[in-house]
Amino acid sequence: MSKTTQAPNALRGVGNYIDDRFHLAKTGEKNLRKVFPNHWSFMLGEIALYSFIILLISGVFLTFWFKPSMVEIVYDGSYERLQGVPMSEAFASTLHIDFDVRGGFLMRQIHHWAALIFVAALVIHMLRVFFTGAFRKPREINWLIGVAIFALAMVEGLFGYSLPDDLPSGMGVRILQGVMLAIPLVGTYISMFLFGGEFPGDDIITRLYVLHVLLIPALLLALIVAHFMILWHQKHTQYPGLGRNDKTVVGTPMFPAFAVKAGGFFFFTFAVTAGLSAFIQVNPIHLFGPFAPTSITSGLQPDWYMGFMEGSLRIFPNWLDFTIPIGAGYPIMTAVLVPGLVIPGLIFGALALWPFVEQWITGDKRAHNIADRPRNAPVRTGLGVAGIIFYGVLWMAGANDVLSETFSIDLYLTTYIFRVMAIAGPILGFIITKRICLGLQRRDRETLEHGYESGVIQQLPSGEFIEVHKESSDETVEVLSSKRDPSSTALTDEDVDASGVENPDARKGMGKFRRKLAHWYTKDNVSVQGLEPHSGHHLHHSQEHLSEEGGDVER
Amino acid sequence: MTENNNNDNNEAGDEKPERVVGTPSASADERVVSEASAENESEHAGPYEPFETHIRSEEQQRRGEKMASAWFILATLAGIAFVAAYFVFPPNAADEPAIADPQISQYSNMLLGGTLTLAMFGIGAGMTVWARNVMPHYEVHSPYDELPSSDEEKGSFSEFFMKSADESGFTKRPLMRRTLIASMLPLGIAPVVLLRDLGPLPREALHHTPWENGRRMYIEGTHRALRAEDLDDDPYGMISALPAVDDDRYPHGISLDDQAKSVILLIKVPEGDWKDGMNDRVSEDSDETHMNWTYNGIVAYSKICTHVGCPAALYERTTHRILCPCHQSTFDATDAAKVVFGPAHRGLPQLPISVDDEGYLISTGDFNEPPGPTFWEYQRGGGS
Repeated sequence: MSKTTQAPNALRGVGNYIDDRFHLAKTGEKNLRKVFPNHWSFMLGEIALYSFIILLISGVFLTFWFKPSMVEIVYDGSYERLQGVPMSEAFASTLHIDFDVRGGFLMRQIHHWAALIFVAALVIHMLRVFFTGAFRKPREINWLIGVAIFALAMVEGLFGYSLPDDLPSGMGVRILQGVMLAIPLVGTYISMFLFGGEFPGDDIITRLYVLHVLLIPALLLALIVAHFMILWHQKHTQYPGLGRNDKTVVGTPMFPAFAVKAGGFFFFTFAVTAGLSAFIQVNPIHLFGPFAPTSITSGLQPDWYMGFMEGSLRIFPNWLDFTIPIGAGYPIMTAVLVPGLVIPGLIFGALALWPFVEQWITGDKRAHNIADRPRNAPVRTGLGVAGIIFYGVLWMAGANDVLSETFSIDLYLTTYIFRVMAIAGPILGFIITKRICLGLQRRDRETLEHGYESGVIQQLPSGEFIEVHKESSDETVEVLSSKRDPSSTALTDEDVDASGVENPDARKGMGKFRRKLAHWYTKDNVSVQGLEPHSGHHLHHSQEHLSEEGGDVER
Repeated sequence: MTENNNNDNNEAGDEKPERVVGTPSASADERVVSEASAENESEHAGPYEPFETHIRSEEQQRRGEKMASAWFILATLAGIAFVAAYFVFPPNAADEPAIADPQISQYSNMLLGGTLTLAMFGIGAGMTVWARNVMPHYEVHSPYDELPSSDEEKGSFSEFFMKSADESGFTKRPLMRRTLIASMLPLGIAPVVLLRDLGPLPREALHHTPWENGRRMYIEGTHRALRAEDLDDDPYGMISALPAVDDDRYPHGISLDDQAKSVILLIKVPEGDWKDGMNDRVSEDSDETHMNWTYNGIVAYSKICTHVGCPAALYERTTHRILCPCHQSTFDATDAAKVVFGPAHRGLPQLPISVDDEGYLISTGDFNEPPGPTFWEYQRGGGS
């Protein structure tokens, strides 16, 4: 290549000006040289980040016209069909954005679509991190920050959905208030304080607005910055491969290649959001009409990320409700409390605790930079799939009326089906996923041992037909042989030590429990330890190979 | 970012023979400083090691440049079109296509959104072509930082910290330390106290509605008072009604708060369809039965679901079931609105009704139980 171009004087001047004040040349170069491993799954978090940026831009635009006021007015604006209809100023100003501000409709749609994509990208990114074990030491704290971002994003989305004060949005707020009222002892107090009185009151939109545009975005921004700084400092995980290990990361450097790719990807994300907003209508509040506490329409659906809450509210029965027989009697509404508080608590709690639970089970205190292939951690992968199915069933149950109508199934029957699926689905999902993982492990072992099936059939002198296996590439061998057997310190500690003293852990309840979990977590595995790659006999396949794990039968 | 290195390894051709797999490249950071002297590696003089940099062929780079430029030109044109599209449709113009018309608003949305999409996509595509065809493919190695500090560093830090803490007196002077902590406590409570005026205490607010003895009722959304005969003509035998209040402060004549808790369903039930539950008393401290509170086959229930407060607005005439469309709690109108399916904790509260001298339907009191979502103290006090 030709000579290096000299930095232009202007750039040099700016650079020197900054460096004179901040001493950044060395740090700057180090960071521009930061390496990003290449894999498509690492772009999921980027989508979330870019959607958040789009949300900030479009959100600021909307605040220029939106009036977070519940003052009831009679509409006299440009949208003819609602003229003369009483509505809140919030709803009227949203109509103004749609029908009087050029590009306002587009920006509202971009804001809404970006929110849907933001949460979706968050969730998929989180699943990627979960299934590849990228939450393990040293990245547990960043995982916790991610869980907090997820929870805040949901609340942020719900509040934003509530602001235009159209019929579905007001009903969302009503349901939120109904759940609050069900909280024992303090429910009415929480509701009265949040709403400044009874439902709907005069204050709730103003208050949700401040939370939506100031407090929660500030928290989200702080958490996202922290998430990013930690990621930057600790560097990405990477998938196993040639030259990659826990000490060395391989990939594209920040400057120039990653910066250009990531910049391009930001524009792609924005293009998709803008395209959806241009051609697929979302939340057409002018068709829904203003909120009235006495009106409702059937087939109401919340934004997708609230669907699991809606679904669990629909399918959780009132059979467990009871009344505390003191005085007049105080009700415990399990049919509201479990779906409204316990289930989200369980989902977010399980997410937050899992890295620490897994670490406790395995006793693994090492730092990991190489991501697991999901199949190599079958129990974790199975649990993840069980979680997805549980969430997914609840989510679908949130649309049981739509499903009932579309497929002509009795409405109550769908409720029963979802009740069964919510319990049976995750169990089945766990078992099936674990079996699939082990099956894939067996195939990996076989590939490692014998190479890949070439598709060439040969006849042996004995007359037997065999398929010729060829040697896998070095890359494949490296990936497959990077598998480590799951282990736990709970199992390696002897029950009785050398001097005959029983291990105290084995006797205590918690220790026993941990050993049981450790056994459950590690028992099923197809080991590749000590396996010679390509040790299989490529032309002598007449005898059966039976690995000690069983099931690895090949003809 | 988006590509799988497994494949690129093979396609890039350069097999990086100089490097032994897994060699610790601990000096990577130092290496980059003295990078300029790497020129003896053939003609390559880039910032990264030659074996990490898989340069594209000159033809590919030229093709890439043309492609990327084409995308950027498209993006420029689309960006100009976006600005033009903004001015095509004015807001609320007389006798001109304006975005106040929903149809035109749609066109405007598609035109603005479409051009914006193209502009963004063009830039994104151009940059991607640039990265994939003009720039080399990089496989740069860099060490992960050793995260735990060395024992010396930790020890030094800990020693410095504790020495400083001791010197400050914080550890050695408990009186000062404890009083400082104590002084923080009231301040911690202060924000909670400051929030007290967010709203009133609940007291009996949720137990009472504008319904009272002699209150007429309006068909919801109108100011027409209901008569008992209105139910006879209604093909579905169900009317949604509000108390007849005419307060000038509100466009509807009644505040949203009052609407939210006083809206009722009036249902006409044929004589033989009533079930036994109607003979129960409306509450423990009342002698009235649910049946006493009906008038001429008309029964009035709160329309607000006792689950989480959606209007239970769907009424199935043949089975006399009231269904809430939100979470599908189902109530039997002929059986004191008891829950027959779904998550609601209790039946819908009933309103006692009658007619006045002029034949208008009236309430004769408040609901037997607080209407709306069920709450902790709903059975305490209040009521009718």
